[in-house]
Amino acid sequence: MKKRLSIFFSMLLVLSMFLAACGGKGDTGSGEKGGDKDAGKSDVPQELSVNINTEPPSLHPGLAKDATSGTVLRQTFEGLTRIGEDGQPHEAAAEKIDISEDQKVYTFTLRDATWSNGDPVTAKDFEYAWKWALDPNNQSEYAYQLYYIQGAEDANLNGGSLDAVGVVAKDDKTLEVTLANPTPFFLELTAFYTYLPINSKIAEANPDWANDAGENYTSNGPFVMTEWSHSDKILLEKNEKYWDADTVKLTNIEMIMINDPNTELSMFDNGELDWAGAPTGALPTDAMQALKDEGRLVTKSIAGIYNYKFNTTEGPTANVNIRKALAHAINRQEVIDNILQGEQLPAMGIVPPSMFPENEKGYFPDNDVEKAKEFLQKGLEELGYKEASELPAIVLSYNTSEAHQKIAQAIQDMWKKNLGIEVTLENQEWAVYLDKVHSLDYQVARMGWLGDFNDAINFLEMYRDAEGGNNDTGWESKEFQDLLAKSATEGDHDARQQMLKDAEAIFMEDMPVLPIYFYTNNWVQAENLKDVVVSGLGDVQYKWAHFE
Amino acid sequence: MAKYIGKRLLYMLISLWLIITATFFFMRIAPGNPFTSEKQLPPEIEANLNAHYGLDKPWYAQYGDYLLKVVKWDFGPSFKYKSQTVNDLISEGFPVSFILGMEAILLAVAFGLILGIIAALKHNKWQDYTAMIIAVAGISVPSFIMATFLQYFLAIKMGIFPVARFETFMHTILPALALASTPMAFIARLTRSSMLEVMSNDYIKTAKAKGLSQGVITVKHAIRNALLPVVTYMGPLTAGILTGSFVIERIFGIPGLGAHFVTSITNRDYTVIMGVTVFYSIILLASILLVDIAYGIIDPRIKLAGGKKGE
Repeated sequence: MKKRLSIFFSMLLVLSMFLAACGGKGDTGSGEKGGDKDAGKSDVPQELSVNINTEPPSLHPGLAKDATSGTVLRQTFEGLTRIGEDGQPHEAAAEKIDISEDQKVYTFTLRDATWSNGDPVTAKDFEYAWKWALDPNNQSEYAYQLYYIQGAEDANLNGGSLDAVGVVAKDDKTLEVTLANPTPFFLELTAFYTYLPINSKIAEANPDWANDAGENYTSNGPFVMTEWSHSDKILLEKNEKYWDADTVKLTNIEMIMINDPNTELSMFDNGELDWAGAPTGALPTDAMQALKDEGRLVTKSIAGIYNYKFNTTEGPTANVNIRKALAHAINRQEVIDNILQGEQLPAMGIVPPSMFPENEKGYFPDNDVEKAKEFLQKGLEELGYKEASELPAIVLSYNTSEAHQKIAQAIQDMWKKNLGIEVTLENQEWAVYLDKVHSLDYQVARMGWLGDFNDAINFLEMYRDAEGGNNDTGWESKEFQDLLAKSATEGDHDARQQMLKDAEAIFMEDMPVLPIYFYTNNWVQAENLKDVVVSGLGDVQYKWAHFE
Repeated sequence: MAKYIGKRLLYMLISLWLIITATFFFMRIAPGNPFTSEKQLPPEIEANLNAHYGLDKPWYAQYGDYLLKVVKWDFGPSFKYKSQTVNDLISEGFPVSFILGMEAILLAVAFGLILGIIAALKHNKWQDYTAMIIAVAGISVPSFIMATFLQYFLAIKMGIFPVARFETFMHTILPALALASTPMAFIARLTRSSMLEVMSNDYIKTAKAKGLSQGVITVKHAIRNALLPVVTYMGPLTAGILTGSFVIERIFGIPGLGAHFVTSITNRDYTVIMGVTVFYSIILLASILLVDIAYGIIDPRIKLAGGKKGE
C-alpha cells in the first residue's frame, strides 16, 4: 500500500511540474509573437491566418455545394473567369473569350498554364470536370448550376447522353460551349466553383483524388493546398506555377476551423487570427456595438435576403390584403438597430440593391402603419370578419436559434400593437422545420436566401412554379412566369433587367413573401492587412491580399 | 471470474444490439433526411442519391445491411463530409478526444481526491470549508462558463496560454481544466462524504485503539473503502469524457469526436449518427465492466459472481 501512495504522489509531482513548465513556455511563446509584429515593419511575413468556421464538406469542385468549400476552392482553383477586385468577371484560365452573335456559343481560348504538378491545363480538363458533375452516377448535388449549357439538364436528369452536352474541347487550348439560351451572366458562372476545371489525368486514374491534400490534389489557382487536417485546419501555400503568380503576395494561408464566434474574436484580439467575422466566420452579436463604437467593424452589404414566407394556399395568409397588412406593419429599422446591429438594410423588395439599386427604397415605406390598417380592414371584410380580434391567431414559425427568436418576438409584438392581430410563435429543429416549410405545413415561416451569382434571376426564379423548387409559398402567376421565360431568351441587358423588374413588381403586388432585411457582412481585420476582396455575393478572395 | 466476464460480454452485446436498433429507428422516424437543405434538390437527383446510398430500399433491408456493417466495423461514407468515411471521422477524432479526456480525468481524480480527503480529515475546520466551497463552485459553474472564464483570464489577460485550438501540450491545458472542473468537484464531494462515513466505522476505531498513526489509518484503512463510490462514478465519467464534449470542443476549436455527436444529428448524417453512437456505447459498456471488475480488486468483500452488491 505504501508503494501505491508513493506512485500517487509522484504523479502529483509530475503534474505540478507540467503545469509549472507550461507557464514558462507560454510566456516565451507569446513574447515571440509580439516580437514578430514589432520587428516586422521592414519585412512583414506574408502569412495570413483566417477562420473558416467548419470542415469543408468537399473540396472536389463537382461535389462542393456550400460556402466553406467554395472559400477554399476559390483560392486554390482558377476557372475560365475570375471575379476581379471590381466585382466583374475577368479572363482567368481563359485568355480570350469569343461570343457568337446570338450569344449562345462561347469560345474560350486557354492561356498557357499548368497544374501545380506541372501538367498543362487543357480544354479537356474543363470538359471533363463539367461532364463529371453532370454524370448522374457521380451524385453531384450542384450539377444544376450547369443547366445553362445545352443538353446538360437532359444528361443529368433524364438519361440524355453526356456526349450531347454542349461543351467540346476543340483542341488543347480551345473550349467551345453551347448554351441552351443566351445567358447574360454566363461569364459570372464560369467563375463559380461547379465550373472549375479538374486535372483529368489524375482524376481518371484516382477517383478519390479530392479526399486529402497530397500529390493527387493538384490545382491551378493562386494557392495550393499542402495540408488538410480534417475538422482542424487547412494550409495553403502560394502556387509558384500559377500563371499570375507575380500578383500573389501571400506566401501562406492558414485556415482554421473554429465554430464559436466568441473564441474567434478572442483569437483575433490575441493576435492569433488576422480576420474575424464574415464572410468566412462570425462575430458574436453581443460584441457588435462595442466593435462599432471602437471603429473597428467593417460592414459590407451582400446579395442576400431574410424574409418571412406566407402560405398562400390556406388560412388568413391566403388573403393578399392580410399579407400586405402584415408586411406594412413591421418596423424593420427598429429590428435592425436593436436586434441585428449589423447595419443591415431594410428590405421592401425581394431583389438585393446590388442587383436592383432602386431596392434601397423598395416598393413601400418601412413601418407604414396607416396603410397597414387600411389593408387589414379590406382583408377582414373579404374574409367576413368585423375586427382583427376575430381573426384566428397567426402561427409564425422559425428554426430554433436565438437570433430568429428575437426577431420573431419583435415582429409578433409589432403585429399585436399595430394591427391587433394575435400571433403564436413556433420553433423547430432545422431539418424538421425545412420539412414542414417545403410541404406547406405552416402559415408564416422564416427563410433566408443568398445569391450564387450576381444576377436578379437568383432571387426570382424560385417562385416560378408553385410546385417543387424552393417556392414554399404555393404562389404562382402566369404573368410572372411569362416575364421570366421572356427574360431567359432576351439578349439585351437593359431590356432583360426591365423584364426582371416587372416580374418583381408583380411579385410584390401579390406579396407571397414578406421581405425583412438584406444581409450584410460584418468583420474585423488586422490593420496592416490590405486588399482582401469580398464580393457583393460575400465571396472572399486572397489572391491580391498582402500585409503592409 | 472468466465465466463472469463471459456472461457480462454477452449482456454487453445484447445492450449494444438494443441501442443500435433503437437509434436506427428513431433516426428514420425523425423528419428530414441527409439531403434536406434550404436549396431543394430536383427530385430526380434526390432519387438518384437515395439509390446510391441504399435509402430507397425497404427499412428491413437497410436495417439488415446496417447490422452487417457494424459487425464488419465499416460504417460507410459520411453523407455530409464527402471526403471522409465514418471510420475516418472516428479514427481521427477519437485520439484527440482521448488525450484531452485522459488529461481531464487525471486532473479531476487527483485534485478531487485530495480535496475530498483533506475535507474529511479536517472535518468542520477551515480546510473543509475551503475545499467544499471550491467543490460547490466547480459543480455549479457550467463547463462553458468555466471555459470562457479561463480563456479570458489565462489566455487573453495574462497571455499564459493560447486561446484555442489543439496544437501543442500548452493548447490542451485550458480545455482539460474546463473539462475537469465539474467531475473534480463531484469526486471531492463523493470522497469527503464516504470518507466521513468510513472514518466513523468500528474498524477505524479499532485501528486507533491499536495505536496506529493517523496517516496509516487514513491510507491503509479508510481511503480504500472510501474510494468505492468514486470508482462507480468513474465508469460513465470516463466514457463521457473520453469521447469528447461538444461544448468544450466547440469553444476551444478542438477537432475531437464530441462535435460529431451533435452535428451529425442536425445534418441527419445517418451513417455518422450510427457510427458514433455505436462507438460511444461500446466505450460506455466497456468502462462499466471495468468498474465492476475494479470493485472486486478494491474491496474483496464484493464477490463478482454475486454481481449486485457493488451497486
